[in-house]
Amino acid sequence: MPSARRQGNRKGPAISASPAIAEPSAGIGFSGLAARFLKRRAKGRTVPVLAVCLAILAVWYLAAIGVNWATETDKLARAGDYTTSDAIAATWSAERPVLPAPHQIVAELWKTVFDVKPTSPRSLLFHAWVTLSSTLLGFVFGSALGILIAVGILFSRTLDKTLMPWVVVSQTIPILAIAPMIIVVLNSVGVQGLLPKAFISTYLSFFPVTVGMVKGLRAPDRMLTDLMRTYSASPLQTLVKLRFPASLPFLFTSMKVAVAASLVGAIVGELPTGAVAGLGARLLAGSYYGQTIQIWSALVTASLMAAVLVWLVDLCERVALARQGARP
Amino acid sequence: MIARRPALSALFKRREASTGYILLGIAFVLFFVVNTTTVILRNFADPAPGKAFWIMSAILWAIALLATRELATAVPRSSTAARIRDVAVPVLFGVTLLALWELVVRGLNVPPVLLPPPSAIATTIAASAHLLRADFVQTVLKAVLAGYAIGCGAGFLTALLVDRSPFLKRGLLPIGNLVSALPIIGVAPIMVMWFGFDWPSKAAVVVVMTFFPMLVNTVAGLNASSAMERDLMRTYGASHGQTLMKLRLPAALPFIFNALKINATLALIGAIVAEFFGTPIVGMGFRISAEIGRMNTPMVWAEIAMAALVGSLSYGLVALIERRATFWHPSIRHG
Repeated sequence: MPSARRQGNRKGPAISASPAIAEPSAGIGFSGLAARFLKRRAKGRTVPVLAVCLAILAVWYLAAIGVNWATETDKLARAGDYTTSDAIAATWSAERPVLPAPHQIVAELWKTVFDVKPTSPRSLLFHAWVTLSSTLLGFVFGSALGILIAVGILFSRTLDKTLMPWVVVSQTIPILAIAPMIIVVLNSVGVQGLLPKAFISTYLSFFPVTVGMVKGLRAPDRMLTDLMRTYSASPLQTLVKLRFPASLPFLFTSMKVAVAASLVGAIVGELPTGAVAGLGARLLAGSYYGQTIQIWSALVTASLMAAVLVWLVDLCERVALARQGARP
Repeated sequence: MIARRPALSALFKRREASTGYILLGIAFVLFFVVNTTTVILRNFADPAPGKAFWIMSAILWAIALLATRELATAVPRSSTAARIRDVAVPVLFGVTLLALWELVVRGLNVPPVLLPPPSAIATTIAASAHLLRADFVQTVLKAVLAGYAIGCGAGFLTALLVDRSPFLKRGLLPIGNLVSALPIIGVAPIMVMWFGFDWPSKAAVVVVMTFFPMLVNTVAGLNASSAMERDLMRTYGASHGQTLMKLRLPAALPFIFNALKINATLALIGAIVAEFFGTPIVGMGFRISAEIGRMNTPMVWAEIAMAALVGSLSYGLVALIERRATFWHPSIRHG
């Protein structure tokens, strides 16, 4: 981190000093630029990732034929004669398929997102918002708690020796098993709705933040802390001016893990309440009534949400680190 | 590693502690906490916990905390003493917490549905050992072990295949990284629908959950050896297989073990949560959701205690094997 900052602050001379002729294709002009752009796309990730995605889609469609074949041909045979193309079309448009085809999931998503009012319980947006709100609440609580504990561990050797091993061990424990109990027990004392789920998310997300922050707060080396001491900085000043800025990369990395864990916590927290609202409830209801397309669309929504949340944290990281002078 | 702040270390003068001193301290805290808790519970809890109960509890807590801090901040004289200290201090902290849990729950008369005292949980564990054993066999020995082996094995083999093609590697790695952030646990209802209520569906969930961490880590690990080392293998005229076996797989071992450790926890979570979606009448996840429906919280806590034990033991086992297998790695060589 500090080295990156040093590089970022270097101006003018260092850049112009680089030899322009030594690099191949340097200063060749516009056509070279375009060619390089194309070559870089092919050598970069975009093309391979697209190819892999297409392959996955193709395999998915083929698998849908194979998996749904038996039940659908059965139905068609009872109705009368059928051709192979009929059967294939039927496997891709069954009402309760074993494996729904991707376009069926997209259609279901479209229907439940755009065709119904966002406030009705039939809308996927409604359920997504229920899950998202407890995810975010739990994530904020969890991150704050994680940072607080990390600062405590930094300042107290006793906490470091007593609490830190438990934080590490607790990561090896299947915490999600506690989720139903927290929901039901809190429910029985009258705490309902958002808070119990947020509590589970908090619980899941504070461990990664604690571990990452402890590492980050200790990241500044001896030279830097000694420099702070020569400035006669107080422990608090060292914390705010040196350790916090230095810990940012660690904080953001662990927050990405934490936000994903927080979402999982919110989804699992919605299971034991008997499928009231939320993506987890949607999964459970789908599995009760054999609505495979509903399950898959809830799953796709949850995945999209996770990707967007992680991407947002990533965006914050880039902005924050760019302000510190780091270069991509 | 970290420079201690001068203000506090001046307050508490650094003391050197021998192994005997540390052992004595551990024995004192253990004996003191266990004994005093028993005495308090026997003499002051009946009929109703009064002032004396809380004063005694506060004194117990303060003395145990001071003694633990004395141990935590002491400077051990030998490496053996340091190791004993580092293991014992968190254990003592845990024992103190358990004692306080017992005292507070009994003292405030917290209903057992909300939070049972540790003694009630221990009684439940002893009384329903046969149920716990059946659940352990169903969830851990059948679902988790099978799923873990298949998932990790498939991830590893896929990584070996992907490694042959740079194009696939560039295409699969970003997707694999993305998938590891997704709530994969959501495939549980689908797997239950496909593979039925018994353990194969749980094993399938575990396979899906453990596959991607293994794939991503192994691919990253196979790239861990430096170009120089690979060039050296080429000058020896080593084949792809020889380079793999003698250089790149050993270099990838830390990454593979990292995935194995992550997966040890993930597998247990996957199997337990999958059981929330439908099981035969046995299994840890089933027991948790069934007993919580009957408000039998001590039994739920007993299952959670077992899950915690299984989780940390399997993690510890993988970590132990890792120390043996990657003895050459700097992080292990230097302690």
